[in-house]
Amino acid sequence: MTEQTSTASSAATAPGRTMIKLEGLGKQYPKEPKPAVDNLTLEIPEGEIVILVGPSGCGKTTTMKMINRIIEPTSGRIILDGEDVTKADPDQLRRKIGYVIQQIGLFPHMTIAQNIATVPKLLGWDAKKIDARIDELLQTVSMAPETYRNRYPKQLSGGQRQRVGVARALSGDPAVMLMDEPFGAIDPITRDRLQNEFLRLQAEVRKTIVFVTHDIDEAIKMGDRIAILQEGSRIAQYDTPEQILTAPANDFVADFIGRGASLKRLNLSRVRDIQLSQWPTVQLGEQPSRVLDVLRASDKGFALVLDEQRKPRRWVSAPDLQRDENRPLDQIGLAPEAIVEPQATLNDALNELITANYSVAIVVNASGEYQGIVDIDSITEAIRTMRTDARARARVGLDEDDTVDEAAQVGR
Amino acid sequence: MTSSAAPGAPDLAAAPQAPIAPVRRERRSVGSYVFMPIFLALVCAGLYLYVSNQELDTIEQRALNAGNITAALLEHLRLTAISTVLVILIAIPLGVLLTRPFTGSYRGVLLTLANIGQAVPTIGLLALMGVGALSFIDIDIGVTAAIIALVAYAVLPVLRNTMVGLQQVDESILEAGRGMGIGKFGVLSRIELPLSVPIILAGVRTALVINVGTATLAAYINAGGLGRIIVAGLSTNRITVQITGALLTAVLALLIDYLAGIAEDVLRPKGL
Repeated sequence: MTEQTSTASSAATAPGRTMIKLEGLGKQYPKEPKPAVDNLTLEIPEGEIVILVGPSGCGKTTTMKMINRIIEPTSGRIILDGEDVTKADPDQLRRKIGYVIQQIGLFPHMTIAQNIATVPKLLGWDAKKIDARIDELLQTVSMAPETYRNRYPKQLSGGQRQRVGVARALSGDPAVMLMDEPFGAIDPITRDRLQNEFLRLQAEVRKTIVFVTHDIDEAIKMGDRIAILQEGSRIAQYDTPEQILTAPANDFVADFIGRGASLKRLNLSRVRDIQLSQWPTVQLGEQPSRVLDVLRASDKGFALVLDEQRKPRRWVSAPDLQRDENRPLDQIGLAPEAIVEPQATLNDALNELITANYSVAIVVNASGEYQGIVDIDSITEAIRTMRTDARARARVGLDEDDTVDEAAQVGR
Repeated sequence: MTSSAAPGAPDLAAAPQAPIAPVRRERRSVGSYVFMPIFLALVCAGLYLYVSNQELDTIEQRALNAGNITAALLEHLRLTAISTVLVILIAIPLGVLLTRPFTGSYRGVLLTLANIGQAVPTIGLLALMGVGALSFIDIDIGVTAAIIALVAYAVLPVLRNTMVGLQQVDESILEAGRGMGIGKFGVLSRIELPLSVPIILAGVRTALVINVGTATLAAYINAGGLGRIIVAGLSTNRITVQITGALLTAVLALLIDYLAGIAEDVLRPKGL
């Protein structure tokens, strides 16, 4: 019976080995007429982010909390990495599962280092190994260990606390992480940045993550696979974000996604997935005449000035150069804005473009080096391709021959 | 002490909402640390000058000599210390038990008992305890009776503050702890209790001050203490003796409150 769900979702990307398997999982609270979670069967592949999303009260959080048995199931089985953990010692089980909640719940009377050391200590690591692990994790979440190790949680900002929460959940190097609306209590700008940081981190650590949210946009952005849940934690659809946006299984899913499925697809593609364009660049300190040569050789109005580390410093145009002939290149022209990293979604890139009022976004790598640019045209092109591909997949078996193009034309 | 201490008040069965003893949020300035000892020293010096300038008769001399005052002071400290330690040993574990989910049904009954302990007039409780003691004229039994009365009277603030302290710990912090695989006892000892320390200590400080004051009444059941000097002054109608006993009790109460305040500041976990 579980075969069916997993084959349905394997159309896009073949799922890896199953890491978590929920078999007929149920939670019936006493004195409640209906079960909170009703006979849920779900397979979660190793190394993927699976999002449980649904309206409030659908049982998504209850479902997640049954995996580490914060809430004890009343029926069914939980299989973790091939082992039935339904009756295992919950404390031992939880030490193997990272846990991040919306309120984060850092221990206020312990320093950041002590907070992160909690699980390693429970696992009985020696002090040296724990110390090294604390520094490593703080660096992973972009917080300087020497600055933050001995601070207390109240001395951190909301975003920093959230980072420490993630670091703490990763401390025992668990294969599985449970995250309950981890970015829910953070302002939108910081949230976007933390989401991107988290995706970059996940690309390195490849944990199996069960992620609960009520926000379909977050689900689409963060998820390798999304389970849309109805009341009683019944699965309305369990599939990749592309498939859910392209081929909603029923009205409930279509309603839940809401309008603007095309635009939501922008959250599915990342800057690194599309072909970056190149732009005329010059090194800081070059002669103005050289810059004019570069501009003449291209069809663009501006050249991008890079410094010694190849970080973007300035946009300069021919009039800028003529007006201020003797000033260094980094003091004329316009400051570069709309800078994105490769793991940013096209939606982020588009947002940056619109906010900065520029026609191109500069792409830099993690250390800030120039990689290329993304413009409106490449974004529209990406949407077109995505739509064609998705529609083709949704119509597998419907079209006898090669009518994919036609299908794409009638697409929404 | 507070209106909710009346027996039979409707909120008894409910969990306590507010601590009885308030918690100071701010750490004190250096000035406030220095002021109290200087003030108390000045009061003692003034008292000494006043008494040594008086012509003392034999009754006064018997009451107001260094040996007798020191003995009374030590008795008083002993009563206070023993009863406060007992209060801590009873009230904190009880408060922990009463905040565990499985004791839900006993919570109301025990809180009512603790409330009654505080609501009954102290002197009545002391007299009751002392009935047996006086008939034997045995100082140890008097002391025992006094200590029982003091404990009954001072359990409530520590019990309430322990419960409130444990209940005010943010639920999400506990969930994070349990979710990381810290056992129930570990969550209690490493998270809940440290985070309740400021509130529990405020309760202990209140209990201490109550005990220092109430221990003066122990003299009526032959259990000693500074009350002995006051009672002697009253029964012989010697104002100097009465003033000395009362002032020394007040100085001791303020000093102990001051020391307990320092202990609160030192023992409060960093980061709170």
